[in-house]
Amino acid sequence: MRGFLKFVKKETLHILRDSRTMLIALLMPVVQILLFGFAISTEVNNVNVAVVVPKWSEDIRQCVTKLAANPYTTYKGSIAEHDIDRYLRSGHADAIVFFAHDYDNIIQQWKTNATGNPSKQFIMDASNTNVAQAGAGYLSNILTGELQQSASLVETHMLFNPQMKSAFNFVPGIMGMVFILICAILTSVSIVREKETGTMDVLLVSPVRPLNIILAKLVPYFALSCINLTSILLLAHYMLEIPLTGNLASIIIVSLVYLVLSLSLGLLVSTVAKTQVVALLVSAAVMLMPIVMLSGMMFPIENMPAVLQPVSAIVPARWYIDAMRKLMIQGAPFGLIMKDFVILVVMTLGLLTVALKNFKDKLE
Amino acid sequence: MSTNPLAIEVNNISKSYGTIMALDNVSLSVKRGEIFGLIGPDGAGKTTLFKILVTLLNADAGTALVDGLDVVKDYRKIRSRVGYMPGKFSLYPDLSIEENMEFFATLFGVTVEQNYDLVAPIYKQIEPFKKRRAGRLSGGMKQKLALSCALIHKPSVLFLDEPTTGVDSVSRSEFWDMLHGLKQQGLSILVSTPYMDEASRCDHIALCNSGHVLDIDTPQHMVEKFDGALYAIKSSHMFKLLKDLRSLNTVSNCYTAGEYHHLLAGNSFDAKQLVQKLTTQGHKDVELKGIVPDIEDVFIKLLSNES
Repeated sequence: MRGFLKFVKKETLHILRDSRTMLIALLMPVVQILLFGFAISTEVNNVNVAVVVPKWSEDIRQCVTKLAANPYTTYKGSIAEHDIDRYLRSGHADAIVFFAHDYDNIIQQWKTNATGNPSKQFIMDASNTNVAQAGAGYLSNILTGELQQSASLVETHMLFNPQMKSAFNFVPGIMGMVFILICAILTSVSIVREKETGTMDVLLVSPVRPLNIILAKLVPYFALSCINLTSILLLAHYMLEIPLTGNLASIIIVSLVYLVLSLSLGLLVSTVAKTQVVALLVSAAVMLMPIVMLSGMMFPIENMPAVLQPVSAIVPARWYIDAMRKLMIQGAPFGLIMKDFVILVVMTLGLLTVALKNFKDKLE
Repeated sequence: MSTNPLAIEVNNISKSYGTIMALDNVSLSVKRGEIFGLIGPDGAGKTTLFKILVTLLNADAGTALVDGLDVVKDYRKIRSRVGYMPGKFSLYPDLSIEENMEFFATLFGVTVEQNYDLVAPIYKQIEPFKKRRAGRLSGGMKQKLALSCALIHKPSVLFLDEPTTGVDSVSRSEFWDMLHGLKQQGLSILVSTPYMDEASRCDHIALCNSGHVLDIDTPQHMVEKFDGALYAIKSSHMFKLLKDLRSLNTVSNCYTAGEYHHLLAGNSFDAKQLVQKLTTQGHKDVELKGIVPDIEDVFIKLLSNES
């Protein structure tokens, strides 16, 4: 046991003295959370709206006030009809609201007997389809919301993430990726480094079972990942205001299983790869790409081609991310993620067995 | 197991990598308490033999015993009894001298203090720098540290794979002094080197080339049993001299050896006639003298006998 702790200490020194790796390992999750949380977002904010009003009235003034007050739109002022094209082209406006000449009359008519022609027109700059679509949605909500209240048959409730914040969706994905990066990639590279520099030979020619040394190697990376888990959860809760409602214990348990799974993956890669570069490439190609593409982190699994859907089932991150979304955003009880949890545990045991079986104490 | 008079016994070991025969039916034995040198150029199979003996590789055929234990069956036991210093510097460059030492001591379940006496003659030389990272040491210091680490658990057999490669000649000589010090302490040492001049520092040597052992003997005896007259020769045109001598059938072999060419006399060789002949061929200042062969001459002779 004293020996084991010494090995852990030695491994910790390796990590601490490689300040660049250490910096990457500790800062990467933070930077990613901040990037995805604030900079990269799929929400459309600040749609620039200009209005064309041939004849002002009280109703129109109210509409414009609503436009100016809404956080998703920015009111750019009232412009002349012949300026529409110029405004859209120059990018001063993403959308134009064109009020009809006889807006007042039509509205009055509508209010009394609920009939009439469209009284305003939205002209959108559709060069960015996302902005155009979302913008049109915002505008019709803002400007016709009041009128529709009486007529609308469908009422939509957005549960769990009423503001549709994309960060909510990304945080579990980032967790799925960061832990693979740190546990699997850094670990496999550090084990393969011993092979490449020849220190593995010296380690093997000793009474210590090489597996003990390897396990001691995993400990500091596990600790590093726990620090990351803490920082991600703190950032998610306090900066992105994800509720993490009431099941922190479940989140931590599932995450710990996922950490062990990632470490096993790293161990497995290290038994196959002979050089650090190969280890890095294998990890990046075999692990990172599928996580980003197939785990549902960015693209919904339901949207994938039928062929790829079963493939995504073998990507561990898929189950982890799914479980994290349910736990972190929906606040689901542990029972609801049982399937994800069991799959993760089985995968972990399988990978660990294969990795340990594959580990040779001779050269080949 | 210490009743076995042999520290290492190799019987008909063969090992190939694909189509390349790294070791072809190699046999040798190392007595307890001696320094045995494995001498040969790169590609002779020295490192492969080391890896088989320290149980890192399995041979394709043949058996080997280290400290009386079979390298395949008892490989775990062997691993705790031998000290192994690979050809490549195999310590942690980001750990200090002290930390490397402590790590390797722990690896073998001992402390540095416990076996300090054994490593002291070597370790004392680098101890003043013990806080320095191993990666920032000079070649000679790295080598001393690697040897200290290989010795820290008081092994009964020491395997040193090309320990002096890439080390300056003063450090090399010092290193051999250290090995003799260890021999005094009763260690059996198998050491490999591509430098023929180091052969004389060994008790026994095996000359090897591309997987074959050419001969095994004491360095003195190997030189003594050299048959044939050996000369050193030089002239004003050294390259032409080599070509001219090789074309003569009274010369059985001729090769460069630093300032001189070495010349092995063949049938009906006459030194005086040769000098005259060379002078007529345009050589000036021809100098010819009989010399005592060294291990390199022995090696080259054995090689030419082989082919």
